Amino acid sequence: MKKFEYTPRRVTLFAGHYGSGKTNLAVNFALHLAEQGQAVTIADLDIVNPYFRTKDSAELLARAGIPLISPAYANTNVDLPALPREVYELVARRDRYAVLDVGGDDRGAYALGRYAPMILEENDYEMLFVANLHRPLTKTPADALEVMREIEAAGGIPFTGIVNNSNLGELSNADTLLRTEAAMAELAELSGLPICFSAAEAEIARELDGVFPLTLQSKYFDIKGEEKWQK
Amino acid sequence: MADKVLMKGNEAIAEAAILAGCRHYFGYPITPQTEIAAYMAKRMPKIGGVFLQAESEISAINMVYGVAGAGFRVMTSSSSPGVSLKQEGISYIAGADLPALIVNVQRGGPGLGGIQPSQSDYFQATKGGGHGDYRLIVLAPSSVQEMADMTAKAFELAEKYRMPAMLLADGTMGQMMEPVELPEPSESKVEKPWAVTGTKKERKHNIINSLYLNPEELERTNFERYERYKTIEENEVLYESYKMEDAEYCVVAFGIAARVSKNAVNAARARGLKVGMIRPITLWPFPKDVLAKAAEQVKGFLSVELSMGQMIEDLRLATACRRPVHLCNRAGGMIPSPEEVLDALNKLKGECEA
Repeated sequence: MKKFEYTPRRVTLFAGHYGSGKTNLAVNFALHLAEQGQAVTIADLDIVNPYFRTKDSAELLARAGIPLISPAYANTNVDLPALPREVYELVARRDRYAVLDVGGDDRGAYALGRYAPMILEENDYEMLFVANLHRPLTKTPADALEVMREIEAAGGIPFTGIVNNSNLGELSNADTLLRTEAAMAELAELSGLPICFSAAEAEIARELDGVFPLTLQSKYFDIKGEEKWQK
Repeated sequence: MADKVLMKGNEAIAEAAILAGCRHYFGYPITPQTEIAAYMAKRMPKIGGVFLQAESEISAINMVYGVAGAGFRVMTSSSSPGVSLKQEGISYIAGADLPALIVNVQRGGPGLGGIQPSQSDYFQATKGGGHGDYRLIVLAPSSVQEMADMTAKAFELAEKYRMPAMLLADGTMGQMMEPVELPEPSESKVEKPWAVTGTKKERKHNIINSLYLNPEELERTNFERYERYKTIEENEVLYESYKMEDAEYCVVAFGIAARVSKNAVNAARARGLKVGMIRPITLWPFPKDVLAKAAEQVKGFLSVELSMGQMIEDLRLATACRRPVHLCNRAGGMIPSPEEVLDALNKLKGECEA
């Protein structure tokens, strides 16, 4: 199978409908760049989502030598939409790769407006629309396009490409991704944007050509059978 | 088989409510259940339904009261502090014998508490958080699929028994994503001769009310209501029994705690300890009989809760304290790990064998 190949821009932004897999993609993408020996920092711009954040991968990122910029109150009991000043520095200094995990939907993308002029001026960015066509509110290309336009209006940065991250969680297989290809091509045509790449859980990606492999963290509520607990 | 979609628990509740014919949603945003309101705001206008963000939880629940009186399927949702605000309205709805769905995606408390998951509204949900003698049917889903299925079920039961029903979830259940097969569209099949829909001058007008001027009449309505509650306790109990056939110890847990506990049961069995689990799905009516029966079989019980120990009281009552009942708990938004549950099981075993 062909390996995943992709030439990154200086700034890569992952935005999309909430629950489309932006955080998983951003974390794995930063790890991918680090593995290739690149200096990269990941920033969590999510001011909407209370749980399951970039910070959950803090240890993994630290081991890979990737600085994580995360709101001070992420994963705490405070629901305060404040972003740390280091994000500004990351965008302004242009001395390393930046991976930005943008919050879901238009509400999440509002946080982007703060940095949009600088990112547009530097003009070395990829604004990726992460789409999972197995999510109920982005099931059709038309629905996904609507979400895309709302995010662009809120964030102030036009999308430059699409990532097909169509999955069904634990029930995913190769077909889960493959059967969305026609609809995803339609979204590409409607929006005039290229599909930059597709992503899938690593085991599944291995069966497919050029698909970006995702390593997913197991969560405390995943149910594991007796065999998994044998020591 | 219908197509599966990947949904957050909160979205599954919202879509399942729409599929169950609910076209009226009144709410006020609060983490970690805001996706329900956000989903309704997006979907309701497209299908001719009503989404209304009220000025407070108190007005939202009273809008529910009004629409329920007109006989429509109606719901509100909130998280712990917001559900506290709704209690007066819930009591009125119960007192007026109206069906409605109230969703509580719990977070840590008391007070403003925090935004992380909790199960510490068990007392409030099952013992009557508002004033007066009344009950709620309380359903506690443990997967996103159940979030969808129980929403439809809650509407059905509420109408069948003319009373409010509550879906009691927690922050994790609301935020986690799983594949879901959405239920088939359904609608109310119950006649509602009591609904306030206009008399067309063909009948005497209906009155939706919870005020009774004479105490004899108020007493009579209370006794009648409790007759109905007895029927529910006899007919509507739901629970899951997991690996109980040969179990020597029984974990009792609901919702997210049951998922962690299922892992602990499997971890215990992998280490040769015969443990099973009984998961109450209806918290009221509580599965008393199956727990009483389990007390004849097992040496001890472990109540696993995201609270300081609330369900454990019902567990002790159900088993008449015939076996030791231990508590394994975390609070304030923290969640026990399967290892912590396993440790608690070993302690329970130690005490039972001493």
